[in-house]
Amino acid sequence: MAEALVAAVPALIGALEALPGAPRVRQEHGEWVIDATAEGLIALMTTLRDDPRLRFEQMMDLCGVDWPERPQRFDVVYNLLSVSLNQRVRVVVPVADGAAIPSVVDVWASAGWWEREAWDLFGIVFTGNPDMRRILTDYGFDGHPLRKDFPLTGYVEVRYDEDRKQVIYEPVRLTQDFRTFDFLSPWEAITTLPGDEKVHQARLDGAPKPPAEKPAELKG
Amino acid sequence: MADNVAHEAPQQRDRLATDIPEGAPGGGPGRTRRTVEIDSHAINFGPQHPAAHGVLRLILEMDGEVVERADPHIGLLHRGTEKLIEYKTYMQALPYFDRLDYVSPMCQEHAFALATEKLLSVTPPLRAQWIRVLFSEITRVLNHLLNLTTYALDVGALTPVLWGHEEREKLMEFHEAVSGARLHANYFRPGGVAKDLPAGMEDKIAAWADGFPRFIDELESVLTDNRIWKQRTVDIGIATREDALAWGFSGPCLRASGVPWDLRRAQPYDTYAEVEFDIPVGRNGDCYDRYLVRVQEMRESVKIIRQALAKMKPGPIKLADNKISPPHRAEMKRSMEALIHHFKLYTEGYHVPAGATYTVVETPKGEFGVYLVADGTNKPYRCKIRPTGFANLQALEALSKRHMLADAVAIIGSLDIVFGEIDR
Repeated sequence: MAEALVAAVPALIGALEALPGAPRVRQEHGEWVIDATAEGLIALMTTLRDDPRLRFEQMMDLCGVDWPERPQRFDVVYNLLSVSLNQRVRVVVPVADGAAIPSVVDVWASAGWWEREAWDLFGIVFTGNPDMRRILTDYGFDGHPLRKDFPLTGYVEVRYDEDRKQVIYEPVRLTQDFRTFDFLSPWEAITTLPGDEKVHQARLDGAPKPPAEKPAELKG
Repeated sequence: MADNVAHEAPQQRDRLATDIPEGAPGGGPGRTRRTVEIDSHAINFGPQHPAAHGVLRLILEMDGEVVERADPHIGLLHRGTEKLIEYKTYMQALPYFDRLDYVSPMCQEHAFALATEKLLSVTPPLRAQWIRVLFSEITRVLNHLLNLTTYALDVGALTPVLWGHEEREKLMEFHEAVSGARLHANYFRPGGVAKDLPAGMEDKIAAWADGFPRFIDELESVLTDNRIWKQRTVDIGIATREDALAWGFSGPCLRASGVPWDLRRAQPYDTYAEVEFDIPVGRNGDCYDRYLVRVQEMRESVKIIRQALAKMKPGPIKLADNKISPPHRAEMKRSMEALIHHFKLYTEGYHVPAGATYTVVETPKGEFGVYLVADGTNKPYRCKIRPTGFANLQALEALSKRHMLADAVAIIGSLDIVFGEIDR
């Protein structure tokens, strides 16, 4: 598998250089990732599918990722597979909240439901998808549940009402408040104990939250 | 939900509409009454239909007894698994994978365990890898037994389901022996497996593997050449090679359409590179071929189980690093260090370095993927689950078009759909 991927790299870069939006190829954990933009997306995807060196016939997965602190809030992630050349690539396209991204349903027919799902769970709009109904959530559902600002417990709950003989929606009532635990104990987050500098620095580098402060300043 | 409901075929409306002339009873001056007789009707198949394999709600627009349009409504079993996982540590997230496709739990645990291991850059010990291969294959047989026999039940054969469930019970005893649970095993862990096999387990599995091919022969004697079974499945719901690729099929559904693609062979994980097995491939991509491919896959699984048992050597079954794998219970009674590790693991869990991976395994249904994004904390930032059945079910509309209603049932059975996985 690894050999096939390595062989594909020059082909990948060669085929993508000329495309609009200048997609950038990088590697992560041995997987190939293309950072692209919404403008050149259809040209890129068509190249990925049709170029004889790439031949990504299948789009296996499409999903959104929410990064609320970024100016372009969502990442749309396409996981492509080439059955004939045995290679995979991931295309990551950032898109702002409310902005639209072109649908790839004409490139891969399977994109239809995946895009519906991304719309349902994140509110990402795909232009050109002929059937943008919600897919996983309830009929008449309000909001996009996989956004980071959507609470885990949701807003409404349902129960069967014996008097009205129907299922009714009510605001969520929790007998115990939902608790989230901060696992960064004060010792880990603030103080660097003598001899622990390297470990502390590594942890701060690994974690974007809390914003990486230099332990040297905190020590004082 | 006006937009969900039917749009009947226009030519049909024209064919069946009869204009009532002015002056006829009901018609008034300047006003013609149109009596529109529409033979097309929408029926609601499920969500409580036994052949809907769970909670599939299918809006079928029928022209007589022929399906014109099938609109699957899914999500009735949506539990927000992906959202829940974002609020759990990596160890707490694992049991959710049992509850996706509850017919093949361990294969899905495998995907999450592999994804986490990739981000942690660790490799489990060899024995753990063999145990995972062994139980992935046991799970594959479990899944195919349930699918094939209930699929046969859907088209009217009652016997296989009774036989198949007896065989499934034997396999679930193996699940229970290693993990304590018949279905929701929570057995594979990032870094290995939870416990070693109990004494004598390997012999029991070997004894079962010796007898099982005879059961497959019996199952085939009831179905494979059965005239009714073939009438119901041959040339029904054909997916060509091109269709199957475009629809994102994987697993037995793709192989039945003539694509020799198996992730265990093409992109092997754990010790799959070291076992020999054949990849059964169909020719026509119809319901019958999907059945044949699955039957043959059970035979191949038995081969893999035998090889795994032969090649398995005693050894550790999880990483020695107690920052990831919990220490032994006995050790905790004596060692302060082990006690601290245990406490830290079961409260805070381990921190996974920032990064992303799309890791796939070949579950009995096909490609099951986990797109895991870590941000350096002890919880996944995002865990997208790529359910196999989602892509397969999407093709139901195309596959069932212009088929009889009863064929739609056969097609649903042949696609091997489980809603725990599709709805997440």
